[in-house]
Amino acid sequence: MEIAVISGKGGTGKSSISAALATLSEKVVLADCDVDASNLYILFNPDIEGEEIYIGSQKAVIDYSKCINCGLCIEYCKFDAIYYSDQKITISPINCDGCKLCSRICPNKAITMIDNDKSRMYYGSFRNGKMVYGKLAPGEENSGKLVNIVRDKAKKLAKANNINTIIIDGPPGIGCPVISTITGVDYVIIVTEPTLSGLKDLQRTLELTTKFNLNTVIIINKFDLNIKITEKIENFCKKSNIKIIGKLAFDPQVVAAMINCKSIIEWQPASDLSSQIKLIYNNLIYGK
Amino acid sequence: MKLAIASGKGGTGKTLVATNLFYALQLNYQVTLVDCDAEEPNDCVFFTGDKETSFEVIQKAPAIDESKCTFCEKCHEYCNYNAIFILPDLKVIKVIEDLCHGCGACTVACKFDAISEKDVSLGTVTRFFITQHTSVVEAKTKVGIFSPVPIIKAAIKEANDDRIVILDSPPGTSCPFINTVAEADFVILVTEPTPFGLSDLKQSVETLKTMSKTCGVIINRTGLGDNAVYEYLKQENIPLLMEIPFDKTIASYYSKGKLITHFQPELKEQFISMFNLIVDKYGNSSN
Repeated sequence: MEIAVISGKGGTGKSSISAALATLSEKVVLADCDVDASNLYILFNPDIEGEEIYIGSQKAVIDYSKCINCGLCIEYCKFDAIYYSDQKITISPINCDGCKLCSRICPNKAITMIDNDKSRMYYGSFRNGKMVYGKLAPGEENSGKLVNIVRDKAKKLAKANNINTIIIDGPPGIGCPVISTITGVDYVIIVTEPTLSGLKDLQRTLELTTKFNLNTVIIINKFDLNIKITEKIENFCKKSNIKIIGKLAFDPQVVAAMINCKSIIEWQPASDLSSQIKLIYNNLIYGK
Repeated sequence: MKLAIASGKGGTGKTLVATNLFYALQLNYQVTLVDCDAEEPNDCVFFTGDKETSFEVIQKAPAIDESKCTFCEKCHEYCNYNAIFILPDLKVIKVIEDLCHGCGACTVACKFDAISEKDVSLGTVTRFFITQHTSVVEAKTKVGIFSPVPIIKAAIKEANDDRIVILDSPPGTSCPFINTVAEADFVILVTEPTPFGLSDLKQSVETLKTMSKTCGVIINRTGLGDNAVYEYLKQENIPLLMEIPFDKTIASYYSKGKLITHFQPELKEQFISMFNLIVDKYGNSSN
């Protein structure tokens, strides 16, 4: 079973909740798909057993010994990435989208494409099973593809090690990497918080999971920070027929656990918050 | 002057800083706030304004005339995004619009005039006037769109001629972030004093270094975590611009869509002096 934890809005507690769920499982594969800012390896310090290079995209570069300054590439580029600077053709690496059209149409073959090969996927073992995570090189795009690679590896590791549960910690937002994170999973947990921004983002995130026809449940994290907005979220979920599987109170011990490289379950197993998360976990995994 | 407010980690307080800095400045300056978090824009939660202009951001996507197509596969070969699905034997050809970046390579590739271009809407850019001289520009993707970058670029362009522009960046360090901070004269990174916050801050700082961008840091929710971030800033010689304490009152105002600087004038003064310091120290390089 694949469970993806996402949120729309950042900082609602996705990773802390993913970590808690992972440490409740005897054997689990944990996939950190927030490839832009993966964090769970900080808590779990996995023994790395392997890595793979991920080539996300390409960038165009000019060979000035061949460039005849004709400007045809400028005409064809749809990303405003090529321009004259000091009467020389210049390609902005930030704006270049890697479509390769300039390289194809250049009459003197002065433009070549180079791979962006700094991104990585890592996998290994941690105290509750196997772990996979991606690290996108700064400024890279196509992080959805890296998410797919992380998820594929997680599935293979689950199969090879006879593990039934895969927990996926997703990225914020609702774009490409999130779509790749949730496509085809058994459950999506949306972690939200009682702020107007949180509610607004929840609505857009639900629009997305509905569009993809996914089994979606909600956790309201730090619900006691604004009871009124928590009620608003509850009413909204009731109307939209979306199940809230848990309301978790704000607890500074979550940060203390993080500083000590532990999940809240490992840090304070008997606390109210930990008991609440156990209920959520049993509900999800065993349906009770 | 363009200031970007960014953070690697989500939820550290980018929007809190961007909206309150905007509010503090708009009392004395002509200023525009651009919400570049096009996947989940929230700046407008904090302001009421009159909608002034709004336009759709359009991308070109190929439309294939199958009666002219010879299934030569040239377009498929030219497409660097795998957006053209083709089975020549079965005479099947399809454009996967979600993967298309609108580069136009397939149109160039086709020698049989079978590909034309049509408009696809990616989202909208809207300008809301808050007062006569100040406005919020919101970038917003349609749900299900893969990349927010074209909408972010269009929104920043919309505010290009405005005097002081605050860019509220999307989280992370990939394309949406890069395209936002690329336009900025100075970047304010917002972090929190936790291991996750620090790890993501380091990644943002490294990315900005490769782009030769100057930055400073605001630590939000001080008192909630540890001291590692302070040591890191000292070691890297990065200016600490401001500290915002962890405080349930601030969290509560934020949750209700209210501006803390409206209720706490001393915080408003802090934002204004931070802005003056940035302009004094780093403002000239932009002009």
